[in-house]
Amino acid sequence: MSEVLIVDDSHSIRELLTSVLQKAGYSVTSADNGQAGLETAQSSNYDLVITDINMPVMDGLELLSNLRSLPAYSFKPILILTTEFSQEMKMKGKQAGATGWLVKPFDPDKLISVIARILN
Amino acid sequence: MPEVSASSNGMDEIRQIFEAECNDGLNVIEAGLLALKAGDNNQETINDIFRGAHSIKGGAATFGYANIAEFTHVMETLLDRVRSDELAVTQPLVKVFLESVDCLRDMVECMGGGEYDEVRTAKVKAELETWLGDEPPAEEASEEVTNASADDIIEDNQQATATCWDIKFSPRKNYLQTGNQPQHIFRALAELGEVTLKPEFDSLPEFTKSKPGEMYLTWIIELKADVSQEEILAEFDWVENECDVEVIARPGTEKKKAVKPIPPSEPVQEQEQAAASNAGQGGRNAKKDSGSIRVEIDKIDKLLNLVGEMVINQSMLNQFSSSNRKGEVGGAHADLDQGLASLERTTRELQEAVMNIRMLPVSTTFNRFPRLVYDLSEKLGKEVDLDITGETTELDKTVLEKIADPLSHLIRNSLDHGIEAPNVRVASGKSRSGTVGLSASHEGGNVIIRVSDDGGGLNSEKIFSKALERGLVKEGETLSEQQINNLIFQPGFSTADEVTDVSGRGVGMDVVRSNIEDIGGRVEVYSNPGKGSTFQITLPLTLAVLDGQLVKVGEQVFVVPLLSIVETVQVDPEKINVVSGSAPLYRLRGEVIPIVDMRSLYHINGEEVLSSYEGKELVIVDIDRNYIGLVVDELLDQHQVVIKSLETNYMKMPGILGATILGDGTVSLIVDVTTFGGPMIMGSDTNRVTH
Repeated sequence: MSEVLIVDDSHSIRELLTSVLQKAGYSVTSADNGQAGLETAQSSNYDLVITDINMPVMDGLELLSNLRSLPAYSFKPILILTTEFSQEMKMKGKQAGATGWLVKPFDPDKLISVIARILN
Repeated sequence: MPEVSASSNGMDEIRQIFEAECNDGLNVIEAGLLALKAGDNNQETINDIFRGAHSIKGGAATFGYANIAEFTHVMETLLDRVRSDELAVTQPLVKVFLESVDCLRDMVECMGGGEYDEVRTAKVKAELETWLGDEPPAEEASEEVTNASADDIIEDNQQATATCWDIKFSPRKNYLQTGNQPQHIFRALAELGEVTLKPEFDSLPEFTKSKPGEMYLTWIIELKADVSQEEILAEFDWVENECDVEVIARPGTEKKKAVKPIPPSEPVQEQEQAAASNAGQGGRNAKKDSGSIRVEIDKIDKLLNLVGEMVINQSMLNQFSSSNRKGEVGGAHADLDQGLASLERTTRELQEAVMNIRMLPVSTTFNRFPRLVYDLSEKLGKEVDLDITGETTELDKTVLEKIADPLSHLIRNSLDHGIEAPNVRVASGKSRSGTVGLSASHEGGNVIIRVSDDGGGLNSEKIFSKALERGLVKEGETLSEQQINNLIFQPGFSTADEVTDVSGRGVGMDVVRSNIEDIGGRVEVYSNPGKGSTFQITLPLTLAVLDGQLVKVGEQVFVVPLLSIVETVQVDPEKINVVSGSAPLYRLRGEVIPIVDMRSLYHINGEEVLSSYEGKELVIVDIDRNYIGLVVDELLDQHQVVIKSLETNYMKMPGILGATILGDGTVSLIVDVTTFGGPMIMGSDTNRVTH
């Protein structure tokens, strides 16, 4: 069973993603900010990380570059899930090492199909 | 807009979480707005406000509340202008944001159904848009959907469709370093139609020169699918800078342009054209739940009740054990004692832990007051700062809920009657703006909440004459200033020269007092003429248990709340003065205090009048700083007792707070000392508690 780490400061979004992913058969762990996400990521070897950008303590971009500097996450898929996605933000996300992005609001079925392609 | 199906399991719960989150967010926004002074562009505060609005927008869109999402979008766009210093913080701007918060609260409240004020919402939204001005919001312009690096693609051709495509997919060396894999693309394309892959090894270096983690292959992909070029390119969206793509329709399979309507691109990859392109990253207010669940309060109360029963059982066991083996030492009983002692400790800890579940920080109630003060000071034309301290102090949820109204009344009162108008303040040598203090702290086993102001203070003379007018005091009665000031809590009292719609017609203070007394608390006022007044509310930590002194009166055992007991002394009959027409008085170290015979008060042993005070005990209790002595036959143990309501189990009785079950299983009544302060004990038979 693939393990997914969700990092988002919104409790409801965490719950929603957890519920959607668990139903699709993934094992899900969540963290409420980048710092907590980084610590959680290091405690296990997740197959996929999905992170929000705008978060307190440590934002998603900082989390991304931190994760990419860890050997265990150098080549792991890390997706950004966010409300805002301007071209500028995409560039920033890419520079930080994002695999791709998911934009809120998301359709659970589509979300699962996108994730399935990555995790298979 | 894609929406999450409400039928999926747990969706309702998640919606509830979202609702709570919205309210948290709105509180953050409101607190931030109130903290913003005109002209003060505190970046940290603005970021907090921005993030609050941003989160609500994201959640609202996800959960399908388009009205909230659209509204917060406008708000967020405007906030972004403030954040980037394009727009200065002014009072009118803060005001329109505060009104927006009100509208959002309204909408959030109606998420589960109900009608929010659409007219008002539209009005405020239009006002926000006016602030945005004529220029179109930044970044609102349509985004480039095409593949930036795919220069060789003719844009006009993007909507062309065909049934067979030849794709040349050349990942760059760094392709894998963003966590992407070529097979992600293959799988995505396979969802569109039949895929045939042919790798090209042309750019593969010699083995010794190749580096792990770098990509050297190119693929020629044949895709048999009836799709547009745009749909194919959309699958390469994530990797537009990490690869080169050529998508060419197989000659002879092209179709006429736009035969069928172009389906929207994948919603998950849809461009949300957020105006706020540069997301705020400031703000270090890590708060949020450190992993919490929502539990119905009924469940907790059930648990608390069971633990209460367990405490009773435990003390029954204790009593049984000690009364059945007086004088025995050692042996099996030593083990039993040890076991019982350990059970007692665990039970006590369990009880505390369970009661702790009900505790919430007072900030949950205090948070609403900055807005109240803001609105009221505007209305009254006064300048008032609210100084909140001790907001992390915890209180029982029920106590907290019930204290909100009295507190709000006291704060209104302080603003209306306490704080003077700016010119009056300046004339008396004070600062233009007044301060209302709201504090919470632990003192003894209680929580003390104080509402203070640096206003004019109470006018005792005016209060006394008013009380005289209302027949609350008698002519010539001598009362201390403190006692006079506390007359404002008497029913029907008001000294406001003019009735205002802010603090009402004097229906306030007595209601404040009775509300507070209903939850086992008390309220007092301290005033310093010209300097201000302080309302002090003393509250029990919880309504569920109480530390009590067990006293014996005749064959009955009563519980006197330990908190109100000042001391206990053995009665010295010589120190009693009986004055006809009033309660007997007792001389205690130079002070004279009224004493009450509990035997006659509660009609123990019929109407038998106490013949002698010889050998009795006197329990001195403090009621609003007045001491009263209760005459009892015997002092027993002190116990923590679980309060059982008399109202729910029998009926409300004057002078009785509730009942409890003692260790031996008998029911004991808990004495409500606060009622002794009134006319109840003032001598005559008619005022006695009757059954």
